[in-house]
Amino acid sequence: MQLTKKEIEHIAKLARLDLTDAELEKYGGQLSGILGYIDMLKEVDTAGVEPTAQVTGLLNVLRDDGVMEWDESEREAALKDAPDREGRFIKVKRVFE
Amino acid sequence: MSLNQLTIKEASEKLAKGEISSVELTAACLARIKDVDEKVKACLTVCEAEAMEMAKAADERRANGRKGELLGIPMLLKDNIMTAGIRTTAASKILDDYVAPYDATVIKRLKEAGAIILAKTNLDEFAHGASTDNSAYGASRNPWDLERVPGGSSGGSAAGVASDMSIFALGTDTGGSTRYPAAFSGIVGLKPTYGRASRFGLIAMTSSTDVPGVLGKTVEDAAIVLNKIAGVDEYDATTVPAEVPDCTKNLNKPIKGMTIGLPDEYFIEGIHEGVVKAVDAAIETLKKFGVKFKKVSLPHTKYAIPVYYIITPSEVSSNLARFDGIRYGFSEQKGAKNLFEIYSKSRGKGFGPEAKRRIMLGTYALSAGYYDAYYLQAQKVRTKIREEMYAALEGVDCLLTPTAPHPAFKVGKQVDDPLKMYLEDIFMAGPSLAGLPAVSVPCGFALPDDGKTSMPVGLQLIGKRLDEATILRIGHQYEQATEWHKMKAEI
Repeated sequence: MQLTKKEIEHIAKLARLDLTDAELEKYGGQLSGILGYIDMLKEVDTAGVEPTAQVTGLLNVLRDDGVMEWDESEREAALKDAPDREGRFIKVKRVFE
Repeated sequence: MSLNQLTIKEASEKLAKGEISSVELTAACLARIKDVDEKVKACLTVCEAEAMEMAKAADERRANGRKGELLGIPMLLKDNIMTAGIRTTAASKILDDYVAPYDATVIKRLKEAGAIILAKTNLDEFAHGASTDNSAYGASRNPWDLERVPGGSSGGSAAGVASDMSIFALGTDTGGSTRYPAAFSGIVGLKPTYGRASRFGLIAMTSSTDVPGVLGKTVEDAAIVLNKIAGVDEYDATTVPAEVPDCTKNLNKPIKGMTIGLPDEYFIEGIHEGVVKAVDAAIETLKKFGVKFKKVSLPHTKYAIPVYYIITPSEVSSNLARFDGIRYGFSEQKGAKNLFEIYSKSRGKGFGPEAKRRIMLGTYALSAGYYDAYYLQAQKVRTKIREEMYAALEGVDCLLTPTAPHPAFKVGKQVDDPLKMYLEDIFMAGPSLAGLPAVSVPCGFALPDDGKTSMPVGLQLIGKRLDEATILRIGHQYEQATEWHKMKAEI
């Protein structure tokens, strides 16, 4: 089953990846390849089998819902790499058109 | 012997006796980096000033009565581990000038123990790969043959330790990324149990299998480092609150009468005959200790590949969503008409081809209408793989397998034969999916089909959950009965 160019473009859009035509074609072929793996997995009888979300067996690992203040230098370290800032805010292009 | 060639055990004894200082030890390592890294290409960011400062501080702490096996010991760190104030790139252009604002928990613990940060090392971009060929900064080289890869994704760390640029290194292991380069480079690579050591501050790849890994010159060294990085962490809810045993304590406790399982599905056609010879010889060596061997079967082994190849890109696609050009990292501002284009152009330009490929695969596997058939089904099959491994381990003390099916290949020469690609991952994926501890220990050399220089071979010991102590104990005694750990590459 081959994926159409439209389907591949849709996935690239979901992934927020701006791909060239060459890349779209390359990944398209590889995406179709993954379907081979799915077929293989269908062989396994998984009736009544729980999916493994995690292997530790831990449940409900909680912590106190408290605020941990960062000092000025920590805040600056976290914010300094933002491409566009206004004071302690990161400036972005408009979210709604 | 120059100071940089010492093991942690040797160096810490000399430091404790006052025979050497951390400043001298660190200077020796930095000199070695200057000497050979142009050829080995292990390091992305060398922290000369920081290292000397940390070394001075370690010497001062020692003068003030502070002790510890890692006090003043220089280390290399894989560049997908956050180090406060130091450039951290994950070998990706999207983080080319990113400076980490905080330390990973494992880094914090090692700093508290007094270890010295020498440099951040090369890897496949975002840990996607097994050779460092996928690094945005070019592949690292194997010290045993500079035309070959050191393995990956923790290739820089492995090459650095193998060429004595440092005393030990940290890597990560998601699907073999510490064990595999250890085997290719002739050193020890330890993958702890999932949940044994904190992932906080590790740039996430596959959250359900990622672990920090230890690369060392000896098994005992790996145990020393594990002692320090292991333990529950309040910043990582997947760390297990189990007691951390001192893994160095019983390394020499006799292993006579122990039983090691040999899984049928890991000893199959296609393995390089030099690897087969080396692993068979290692089995004979262990038999001399009075260790018994038993055949076991893991029938679902072959499904580890499709399971791994669905789960990994799925989780990768989610974890790499944070690189969006908004808060940090590469941001394509010009030519971006709106917010969406900031995202898509920053990511399109900043990510390398393998990262983009995995994001596409994962996005597809998780998209509406496919999640159940793909990701969920993979996690169900994973349960069967996991339960099968646990069951096999109940009747034995650990499992033994080859680490890699062949010795190191040449740079840029990706494995194309489908059967061979299958074998690449099949030894590594099982323990990762099951969350089990595993260690690769050097067990000999093999001559690659396309070369004239014999290359290292590693054997893998897979342990029960949280039982690093047993695999380290067996690994250590095997190592001490052989000379592999004393052999050094000539660069």
